[in-house]
Formats: sequence, C-alpha cells, structure tokens
Amino acid sequence: MIQRNRLIALTAAALAVPAILSGCAASSGSSGSDDKLSIVGFSVLKTANEPVISAFQKTDAGKDITFTTSYGASGDQSRAVAGGLHADEVHLSLEPDVQSLVDAGLVDKTWDQNSTDGILTDSVVVFLVRKGNPLGIKSWDDLVKPGVKVITPNPESSGSAKWNILAAWAHAAQAPGGNDTKAQDFVTKLLHNTVAMPSSGSDALASFLAGNGDVLLAYENDSIEAKAAGDDVDYIVPNDTLLIQNPAAITTDAAPAAQDFLDFQLSKEGQTLYAKAGFRPVIDGIKTQVPGANDPSDPFPTVPQLYTVDKDFGGWDKANTEFFDDKTGTITKIINGLNVGS
Amino acid sequence: MVELPRPATWALRLLALSYVFFLVGWPLLTLTQRTFADGWSSFSQTFSDPDVTHAILVTVEISAYAVMINTVFGVGMALLLVRYEFPGKRMLSALIDLPMSVSPVVIGLALMLVYSGRYGWFGPTLESHGLVVVFNSPGMVMATCFVALPLVVREVVPVLEEIGDDQEQAARSLGANAAQVLRRITLPAIKWAVLYGVVLSLARSLGEFGALKIVSGNLTGQTQTAPLVVEEKYNNFAPNEAYAVSFILVLISILCILVVSLLRPKEPTS
Amino acid sequence: MTTAVLSQDTRAVGRGRPGVRSTLTKGSALGLGIAMTWFSLLVLIPLAAIVATAGDEGWHGYVDTLTNPQTWAAIKLTVGQSLLVTGINVVMGTTIAWVLVRDRFWGKRLMDLVIDIPFAMPTIVAGLVLLGLYGPKSPLGINVSNTRASVTLALAFVTLPFIVRTVQPVLAELEADVEEAAASLGANRLTILRRIVLPSIVPAIAAGAALSFARAISEYGSLVLLSGSLPFHTEAVSVRVLTFIEGGDRTSAAALATIMLGVALAVIVALDVLQRRVARRG
Repeated sequence: MIQRNRLIALTAAALAVPAILSGCAASSGSSGSDDKLSIVGFSVLKTANEPVISAFQKTDAGKDITFTTSYGASGDQSRAVAGGLHADEVHLSLEPDVQSLVDAGLVDKTWDQNSTDGILTDSVVVFLVRKGNPLGIKSWDDLVKPGVKVITPNPESSGSAKWNILAAWAHAAQAPGGNDTKAQDFVTKLLHNTVAMPSSGSDALASFLAGNGDVLLAYENDSIEAKAAGDDVDYIVPNDTLLIQNPAAITTDAAPAAQDFLDFQLSKEGQTLYAKAGFRPVIDGIKTQVPGANDPSDPFPTVPQLYTVDKDFGGWDKANTEFFDDKTGTITKIINGLNVGS
Repeated sequence: MVELPRPATWALRLLALSYVFFLVGWPLLTLTQRTFADGWSSFSQTFSDPDVTHAILVTVEISAYAVMINTVFGVGMALLLVRYEFPGKRMLSALIDLPMSVSPVVIGLALMLVYSGRYGWFGPTLESHGLVVVFNSPGMVMATCFVALPLVVREVVPVLEEIGDDQEQAARSLGANAAQVLRRITLPAIKWAVLYGVVLSLARSLGEFGALKIVSGNLTGQTQTAPLVVEEKYNNFAPNEAYAVSFILVLISILCILVVSLLRPKEPTS
Repeated sequence: MTTAVLSQDTRAVGRGRPGVRSTLTKGSALGLGIAMTWFSLLVLIPLAAIVATAGDEGWHGYVDTLTNPQTWAAIKLTVGQSLLVTGINVVMGTTIAWVLVRDRFWGKRLMDLVIDIPFAMPTIVAGLVLLGLYGPKSPLGINVSNTRASVTLALAFVTLPFIVRTVQPVLAELEADVEEAAASLGANRLTILRRIVLPSIVPAIAAGAALSFARAISEYGSLVLLSGSLPFHTEAVSVRVLTFIEGGDRTSAAALATIMLGVALAVIVALDVLQRRVARRG
C-alpha cells in the first residue's frame, strides 16, 4: 500500500518536474529581452488592455512583441515591482504608487515629463446606486442624510479610496461658505454613514453588487463596466467631483519597445480603445460609442466643477502627508475617532 | 461501546446534520447552482481560455510539490515527536502549529522580507546565483507549504499515540532494524492518517490565495494560479467564469477526499 | 498533539526529571536536522524577519501599535471571535465526530465528505457564497453582512474541519473492550463517557482547538466581503496589517503580526498544558 503511494507520488513528481522547470524558465527569462514586454497594471485594466495589446501587435512597432501581464490592486502591484517583479511598463491607479518606484530607483524621475504629465487614463468619482436610483441620490449632500448606507474602500489601505475621500472633502471645502472645518465635519458624517470599508476598490464594488449598502463611491469606468456587464446598477455623476488620473511609466531597464507601446496607448487608436472600456481620454478629439455609459453616445459628460489633486490639494505629496499620514493625517484621525461602539 | 439512548442519538444526529448543512452544505449547493446558472456551454467556455487552463495546471503542480514536501516532513516530524526524546521537543511541537496562525498577508510579507531579489535577506544572493525564489515557482511552493504545514503532522500524531509502540518494540526485539520497523510496522499502521493528511493538505494547497497573491506576482499565463484567476474574473465582471474555476478547484479536492474515503475500510463498530 | 506526546514522555522516563535526555539514533538525528533546516528556511527565518522588522524602531513599534485604538479594537475582535468560534467548534466538532464514528444513517458518508469542503474552497469563494446566502440577498432572510455575527460565521466555516478531523480517528481507534469492561463493572453511561472516552479524546480536542484558533486568527479572504471591515466594528487584524503595509508602515504591520504570533503561541501552549492536566488526571 505504501509502496503504491510512493510510486504514485514519484510519478506525479516526475510529471511535475518539467512543468515546474518551465515555470522557472518562463519567469526568470522575462527579465528584459527586446521582443518581450512586461506590463504591470491595476486590476480593472485586464479587460481594457486586451484589445489595446492586440491592436498594438497589428502595428509595425508591435508586430513581433509578446506581452506578459500582471494585474492587481495598484498598491500591491507597486510593492511587487519594488520587490523585484520585472516590469517594462507600470500603469497604476494613482501617482504615489509610481513615485514609490521612483524612490526605489526603478523609474526615472523624469517619467512624468511628457505631453500628458505621465497620465494615461482618466476617470471621475461617481455614485454607484441601485437600478432606478430609488433613493434619488444626486449630490454629495445626499450621502450624509440619515439612513443612507454608503460603501467606500478604506482610504487607509486603498490608495484608490483616497480619490473618494478627497472628492468629498473638496465638495464641502469649496462649497459656498465652505472651509476646512466644514469639510472635516462633512467627511466625518459621511464615514458615520458608511456601513462597509473593504481594503480595496474591487472588494467594495463586489460588496455593493452583492446587495450591501445604498450607494458606492466608485470610479466612473468601473461603473460603466458594471452596467455594460448587465449588473442592476446605475451611476450618478455629481455636479462637482474629483478627476481621477491614472499614471503610466516606463521603468529604467525597460525594453525600447515599451516606449512604442506607451506612445500607442496615448495615440488616438489607443485612447479610443480605453474610452470603450470606460476611461476618459487624456487627449482631445476622441469620439466613440461606450456601451454601459449612461448615454453611450455622450459617455463622458463634462463635469461643471472638476477638482484635481494638483490644483485643489497641492499635489499628492502634500495631500498624502496632510490627510493620510498614519499618525497626523486628518482623515486618519477622523477614522480613529469613529469609535462606533457596539 | 457505550450506547446513547435513542432520543440523544437522534438529537445529536440532527444537530450535527443541520450545522453542517447550513454552514457548508448549502453554500456548496449554491456554488454549484451559480456555476451552472447559465448552462453547460457557458461553463465549458471558461476553459477555452488558455490562461485559465494554465492557471489550473500551475495550481495543481505547485500543490503537488507542496503536498509531497509536507507529507515527508509531516510523517517524519510526527515520528520524531512521538517516538523520541530530544531537547526542545515541546517547543518544536508548539511551533509546528504556528504557521497556521499566520495571516496570508503576513506570510507574503515574511517571505518577501527574506527572499525578495531586491531587499530580501537572502534574495539578492540567491538570485545572483540564478535561484529566483519570489515571483517564481520555488517561492510559490514555499508559500503553499507554509499554509498547510501542520496538517499531516496533526493527523498522524494522535494515531501514533493511540496505537502505542508495542508492535514496534516487539519487532525490534525480534531483530528488525529501524528502517524495517518503519516500513513494515509503523507506516502501514498510520497509512490512513497519512493519506487523510495528504488529501487535506492538497485541498488546502489548491485553495491558497492570499499568500500566493503576494509571492507569485500574478503573471497571467505564467505564475497566476487558479484562485487568483477567480479573483481576477470576478473583478473584471465575469462572475460566472469565477464560479466555474472555483467549482473545478472544489471538485478536484472533493474527488481526492472521496477516493480516500471510499478506499478506507469502514470504522470498527462494535 | 503535544499533550499526548508529553504524557508518554513522563511515562517513558518515569522519574519526572526535566527531559533533556535524548533518545535520538543517528538516523533520526539526521532526519531531525534535515527537517529543522527546512522548517527554518520556510518558517523560522521568515518569521524572524517579521520580528526583526517590528523591532526596527525599538519598543516604539509595539507600543504605538497596541495603543492605537483602532488596532486594539481589531485585536479584541479577532481574538474574541476566534475564541468564541473555537468554543463552538469544541462542542460541535466533538458532536460531529461522535456522530460520524458511532452513528449510522443514510447520508452519513455524504456529511463526512462535506466537512472537508472548507479546506478546499478558496477563501474568497467562501466569502462570496456565504455573502449570497447570509447577506442582503439571503433566501432565508438572514442578513449578517457587515455585523460581528458575519465574522463568527466566516470563521466557523473555515475552522469547521479541525476538531472533527483530529477527534475522529482517535474515537475510531478507541477499543470497545475498555468501555465494555467498565460497563460490566457497573459504570453507567455518563461515567464511562467521563472517565474513559473523554480523557482519550481530550488531547485530540485540544490539538484541534489549537489549530482552529490558529486558523481563525489568521483568516482574511472570507472576511473581506462578508464583514465590511468597518474600523472599530468589524475590522480584523489581518485587514489592519494589510492597511499598515499599504500605508508603507512595515514596522507597525510587523509589530502587529508579531503580537498575534505571541497570542497564538500563548493559546497553543495553554491548550498543551490543559491537555497534560486532563491526561494526567484521567
């Protein structure tokens, strides 16, 4: 009996060995060869990048290039690259995740000196609600009404959640008669109405789609994709909200084809494909039908009052320190004071 | 054997059955139902994606390796703990349970701190000699071994204890050497405990998610495992495909457990 | 588990001398050496790296972590819920093991099979399915999502097999003769249970309880969707560690992880001591 088991085990090992070794070869071989590009991106890009990569491979610059991809939460991906995960291009949710790679010496500090300041795709913070918008949510002020159940990822752990909170802050700080104290008050009320604070944007979306809460603070592109996938949701673009800017950077030891790929992503063709996936283009003149948008032929309505991190918060460095520092950050303190009790 | 009165037997039976049903049985049924909600073609279409099939293969391979290592370690450690004395034995026994208490996030962090090619304690040295641990198979096997480490040991130790070492001592006094005692007396006596531990380790390894998320790099078509594919599909608005892959993972585990369960001789009932 | 080991060791030595003696043969010593090398590379050294990172800022790391009210709330929740679930498992696990070994009914084999499912399901899938059944869209109208009960539910799910599977083989190996002898000497059912069956299975229960507790405090995947991770309310330690890592604060993450290692070790050792006391008395 034991002999037979040992035999089975040895056979399994024998079969597994070539596979494991090929696994070794595949991963370690991808450290920088000229016709292989390794893209590390944030989770939702998986579906968005597939058509972009295929289209690039039909161009002259891209025709012999094979791609390796890895998708996950932006912060996780940034840390993985800093920990040695090979990447030719990183396309992440927010600028600080690229900055940490600059600090680690993996991305050159001139990475954002191009025509779009390093940004590859845009979106805006929106409210994802149940189909038909039963609570009639229209603006940020509706979110702090008693009994409204809000879901947002936790800004302490989700880089992407920071967009949500900064948007809320900007709304209250810049409303007529608004100031920082009112903003603090507003965000506190918002967080008191929050029933779930998962660690990532994807988890928050999953929680909302499973039926929790009345409104999710979400990205427009996620919301468009959710609608396109047939989920029973609607999304509201408030009159004032924050611009979400997703940066992309080429790493220091990247293959030359990486720059060609980035150029393609920033081209009309590339940006049109990203628009179809729900991202707002970063160049002008993109017009396309976007399935899932509130109005597919006018998918990205202009937001009357659009805040940006640079303009309204003095840039990410300042915003991160002021709001999210784990000891002195304003938002950190609000969350620490949230002791709900039972 | 002590026989309980009929009402007590029925009460226990009902309690056990309903607990297991509401906690596990019904969720399992729900998983199956959701997997096939859109019919067989939607289910099988999931596996036409080469990245998905590759991920399943990677999961099976990594788990196979991890299980083999854990079984050898588990049986060896159980024998050492039960049949021998040595300084530090009690400490070691307590430490063996410890890996199960470590959150997957921490496992990933711990392995990165030691084996990362950029800032790890051993990583850069190892990589300069060509041994890439993280974002590669060895690291993935290690992470999987970590989470299932105590399972075989803990299945075997109580049984080794319960059966006692009389037979082994008898064999030794009749002239058998240590290897023979092991092969012909000890191992056959514990074989079901070992097999059971193997199957549990396999099931646990197939489902490992959190630590592999950090240590594998999630490279599509290369180091991405099946549980990671499940998450990716779900986050990219393809929940049916996520359920399909989950179903396969659970199915493989159930089949292994079923095979062992069927092969096992029925328990002695007086 | 350890207890069983220890009780045998006092029987073997028979003198209560602190067991520093070694009965290792050359072969087994080599085996121990190899096993320890692997164990170090896999577990001890990486965990040492965590402890070392926690100590990067001296005691500050630990003090700051423990005095942070949000972290403290997470620790209380995780440890409390894990103890609760372990208690539930002691009762239910033993019951289920008993029913599996000593009862016979149609469908028993099926139940036996189902018990191992929590091992087989990736934790995110478990979370998703539990959310569907016991969340806002629950067919039974039971909605525990985003409450503490959801934490209990998720932990009960992932730890179900442990005590069942450690008690089951021991119960199966118990020989009928001892119980029958006791019965023929006039012992009633309760006495037999208490003085013969129980002491034999207590080591197994304790072993399973240690595993169950250890598994519960480390759980992450199934809690993510089900509990909502609301600070001070349903935020578990594993989520808090992730938060620290995401915020670039590896020291606090490592400090919190080290504290939890200490807690786990303490409970494991406590169960070990408990086992020995019961085994000695029985």
